[in-house]
Amino acid sequence: MLAQFLQFLFSGVTVGATYALAALGFTLIYNASNVINFAQGEFIMLGGMLAVFFTAAGLPLPVALALAILVPAVVGVLVEKLAIEPVKGAETVTLIIITIGASLVIRGLIQVWLGKGTFSLPAFSGDEPIQILGATLLPQSLWVLGVTAIVVVALWYFFNRTLTGKAMLATSFNRTAAELVGINTSWVLFMSFAMSAALGALGGILVTPITLTSYDVGIMLGLKGFVAAVVGGLGNGLGAVLGGLLVGVLEAMGAGYISSAYKDAIPFVLILFILFFMPRGLFGGKSTDRV
Amino acid sequence: MKTTTKGILIVALILAIVPFVSPNSYYTDLAIRMAINAVIVLGLNLLIGFAGQISLGHAGFLGIGAYASAVLPTHFGWHPLLAMGAGALATGILAALVARPIFKLKGHYLAMATLGLGIIINIALRNEAQWTGGPDGMPVPAMGLFGFELSSDKQWYWVVAALLVISVWASLNLIDSPFGRALRALHGSEVASQVVGVDVARYKVIVFVMSAMFASLMGSVTAHYIGFVSPNFADFFHSIELVTMVVVGGMASVFGSLVGAVLLTALPQALATFEGWETVVFGAILMGFMIFLPKGIVPTLAAKFGKGE
Repeated sequence: MLAQFLQFLFSGVTVGATYALAALGFTLIYNASNVINFAQGEFIMLGGMLAVFFTAAGLPLPVALALAILVPAVVGVLVEKLAIEPVKGAETVTLIIITIGASLVIRGLIQVWLGKGTFSLPAFSGDEPIQILGATLLPQSLWVLGVTAIVVVALWYFFNRTLTGKAMLATSFNRTAAELVGINTSWVLFMSFAMSAALGALGGILVTPITLTSYDVGIMLGLKGFVAAVVGGLGNGLGAVLGGLLVGVLEAMGAGYISSAYKDAIPFVLILFILFFMPRGLFGGKSTDRV
Repeated sequence: MKTTTKGILIVALILAIVPFVSPNSYYTDLAIRMAINAVIVLGLNLLIGFAGQISLGHAGFLGIGAYASAVLPTHFGWHPLLAMGAGALATGILAALVARPIFKLKGHYLAMATLGLGIIINIALRNEAQWTGGPDGMPVPAMGLFGFELSSDKQWYWVVAALLVISVWASLNLIDSPFGRALRALHGSEVASQVVGVDVARYKVIVFVMSAMFASLMGSVTAHYIGFVSPNFADFFHSIELVTMVVVGGMASVFGSLVGAVLLTALPQALATFEGWETVVFGAILMGFMIFLPKGIVPTLAAKFGKGE
């Protein structure tokens, strides 16, 4: 009983950490620009696929991984510069379609370039499972959780203790006011896309040894990351992390105890319930409309 | 003559000419698909363009209609028309149930909720294989009435064309009615329309339910026309395609809906020549349209040539 529960918990937390990174990506871009970036999932896919490609090309693992984070970050910036900036102030639905267009372009290019196959990465430190109370934990899961924890702490430090981070926060609260005190808000937008693409890619790289990857994994991962961001109250960083873990754990529990066929539906059932009863997500603050 | 009347006549004229200039059944088939999409997009445009609400789950409603027409006659021996009505009714009830709490929310939350609903419907269709045939889909019995069976492309064309003309006429009238004015007011400013006495939530629910039922009915029509349903009817990408048709053609524009549906139904066919690059090209075209014509084709052209619809 306990062993089974722990097993589901481990796999849930591991996947949840990826959702958390994706949700942080949604949150960063949403705060900087009010855009929901539907291409976020493609950055997760890019991270995994590029890591596979660069390691297969013979690059040492650290270099391959660094490149697999850097390239998506550049792609993120390109999306922002070429597609988001030119339409500043457009309607929500226009922005949604632009980011979906971007995601199709990214996914299509990878499909043409690397094919429709499923790929895997070797685990970073072996496949020898660790036994805990009858459940097994893959060393790669520890990597996922450890790196995610470090990223969360680093982001907290960045936003609370550095001038750059505070400038980004200020922009998310009030763009005009931020501009008035001399913050370069278009640079903030640039940074947000680079950072959220890098976060997504990092998540994609970390789980690839466990979940495998292919050109089309980005859609579901991205949508679940979006669910996680909304669960946590859109725009709330800590909420995004907790939302990601919650979505991951509930999905694993649901798949284990209720029905594995409906695994992918669980996050969406969860989000409908949350929106019905807590329209601003679990951790979203009260807000008032400006007339 | 009123410009709207002129518009309807032009649409009817084009629809009447198409079958005589269509060189072969491939083009007739394409025209039928365009017309079906146009009706769905008209309904969706009421929601997105006029009421300013986003649905990323409309393909789910389409799926309910399509599967009602497949499952009820096959497994329970219902008459296809009855099944179609039942599908639309079920969709309407589901949409209404979901709509009330959702429409307290705004913008992205609504997009999230409709997206979630669409995906849940799609996953259910894939998994309930004993009823729906699972991922492979299932055949749909022919549509018939009084011993007369709709079968040839030509017959279907006239049915769908008639539906389209009726929908255009109904949409134009609806927009000019007090109901339509309330919708537009609501898009302009919810607070202001509340102040002048528009029951914002009620209007949003009504238009959402209406557009969902439109989609369900056309889902049934598509299912009978193609003679086969698969879960792809209801997938996320299809929802996106429908929203894209609305936005590319022009939000809050009835004739824009038609243009959007025609263009984006033809586009994947045209892109088939790109072998492997379809997704890239389709994505790039979407982005291009949104960046250079963010208001959509018809409103942009109308503004340029200085005449309204």
